[in-house]
Amino acid sequence: MALNLAPNITDPDGFYDELLAVHQDLTKEQSDALNARLILILANHIGDRDTLRDALAAAKRA
Amino acid sequence: MVDVRYDLAFKLYPYAPVPAQSQPTQRHTVVIVGGGPIGMATALDLGRKGTPVLVLDDHEGVGQGSRAICFAKRTLEIADRLGAGQRMRDKGVVWNVGKVFHGEDRVFEFNLQPEDGHKNPAFINLQQPYFEKFLVEEIRAAQADGAPIEIRGRNAVTGMSAVDDHVVLDIDTPDGPYQIEADWLIACDGARSPIRDMMGLSFDGRVFEDNFLIADVKMTADFPTERWFWFEPPFKDAGQSALLHKQPDDIWRIDFQLGWDIDRAKELKPENVRARVDAMLGEDAEYELEWTSIYTFQCRRMDNFRHGRVMFAGDSAHQVSPFGARGANSGVQDAENLAWKLDMVVRGLAPETLLDSYSVERSYAADENILNSTRATDFLTPKSEISKIFRNAVLELASDHAFARPLVNSGRLSVPCVYDGQPLNGLDTLDGPSRTRVGASCVDAQLAQGYLLDRIAGVFTLLSIGADAPDIDEVDGVALQHVVLSDADDPHGMVRERYLGRAPRAVYLLRPDQHVVARWAVATGDDIRAALRGALGKKG
Repeated sequence: MALNLAPNITDPDGFYDELLAVHQDLTKEQSDALNARLILILANHIGDRDTLRDALAAAKRA
Repeated sequence: MVDVRYDLAFKLYPYAPVPAQSQPTQRHTVVIVGGGPIGMATALDLGRKGTPVLVLDDHEGVGQGSRAICFAKRTLEIADRLGAGQRMRDKGVVWNVGKVFHGEDRVFEFNLQPEDGHKNPAFINLQQPYFEKFLVEEIRAAQADGAPIEIRGRNAVTGMSAVDDHVVLDIDTPDGPYQIEADWLIACDGARSPIRDMMGLSFDGRVFEDNFLIADVKMTADFPTERWFWFEPPFKDAGQSALLHKQPDDIWRIDFQLGWDIDRAKELKPENVRARVDAMLGEDAEYELEWTSIYTFQCRRMDNFRHGRVMFAGDSAHQVSPFGARGANSGVQDAENLAWKLDMVVRGLAPETLLDSYSVERSYAADENILNSTRATDFLTPKSEISKIFRNAVLELASDHAFARPLVNSGRLSVPCVYDGQPLNGLDTLDGPSRTRVGASCVDAQLAQGYLLDRIAGVFTLLSIGADAPDIDEVDGVALQHVVLSDADDPHGMVRERYLGRAPRAVYLLRPDQHVVARWAVATGDDIRAALRGALGKKG
């Protein structure tokens, strides 16, 4: 499964709203913890190690 | 003078002068320096095979302190082969289940032996002095049977020099010094190995900046015999993590992770240890402090475990963090890997280069152990703010969601190394189960009568399952034992499941240490001879 870096989210503005909303009223510490949980949940959903490795590299912008 | 560095739990080999101390230098076939668990296991294995072995220890028995308490199934299987397994099981506390807590919450539970049909449990807990004592008792039994094993207590090696085909040792005793020579020397003299230092060999790796307080307490309590591990324990001053584990004799091992900047002397004061234990067990708990210690640890290994006539085994060759019980357990696997190879070389049945495979295979295993224990340590002791955020995210998710539980790492507990891709391996032409592939140690199975591993007796073995094996009983003077199993031997289908998988039949060639050399659906005499020669380090 190749990492999909083309647009893939339906209603991108709506998703972005929800992403910010879930952090609403959280402290930095709470937000960091939420982000970490979110990354782990999404990583597990993807599962495939090659895709995850590509995603890590893309995030690092190496 | 021979310094006494520690008190003994059991005096097992009191100093007794031997005539060699006042005679010309004598040559020994194999000398083992260090009478700990690895030295004694190696001596017992070699001696049972008939190779003469002398053990030198600078004390007269086993030091105090429970130290390595978790002995894994593979270690017990090896102890069974050496004759000491039953004593270990009889005394040890059997356990298979571990529970992991985060604060007050139980986040994870694992069973290390989820299937039946193994003679041995996943683990027993047993104080290290008992483990060593049982090995020495078995050495005494072997000596009575004529095994050429000698133990000399309070014989401290103070100098050594390696000559072309032997090693010269300077030894100090209460009656003064003497010298011996050894064709082969095995250094089982621990993480601070004096032999390694005398040879000027390096021992590099990573130091972990943390301190762990061990408190062995004696009490009668009805906690289950499980491994309980807390991240961020809810009891006062318990540190970053804590561990509770049962040992024989109503002794409980408690570990507290204290961090790096501590005052060791202060933390070891009984009243300070008691304050921590009270907070964990409750103010009204009644117990005695049996043994306390503070340890730090490192993950490191020697580049090469063989240097000419000198081999290093156990902690002298490699050191890991204690999470995963990979210290003594991997050392015992070193011992069994080395013993049969050295025995073959001493008898002239294999080239000396076979001993290089000891270093290759066991450093491969050491790397695996170091990798596992380093990863566990990084989870236990997050090294940065973000690693702690992820660690705690894993723990928070693990109580709600199954997916996060395999990420929780409180120590990946010792399993035998599979020697994948190593030079002694032969062919794998069977469409068989992965767990019994070439390089793996044999998986036990319950037969109609007894257990499979009890049938594989420390010599090269041809295991035929529903197949006709060629009628070969030796190759180049090396004996080959046959174990033939049919459906009638396998009423539980365990041999089929663990050794055949989808294959209708199989022939396995096994090494004396019960690792798989090669396996075939159908094997010819030439296949078997070639594989066995390969396993002896012979070319072509």
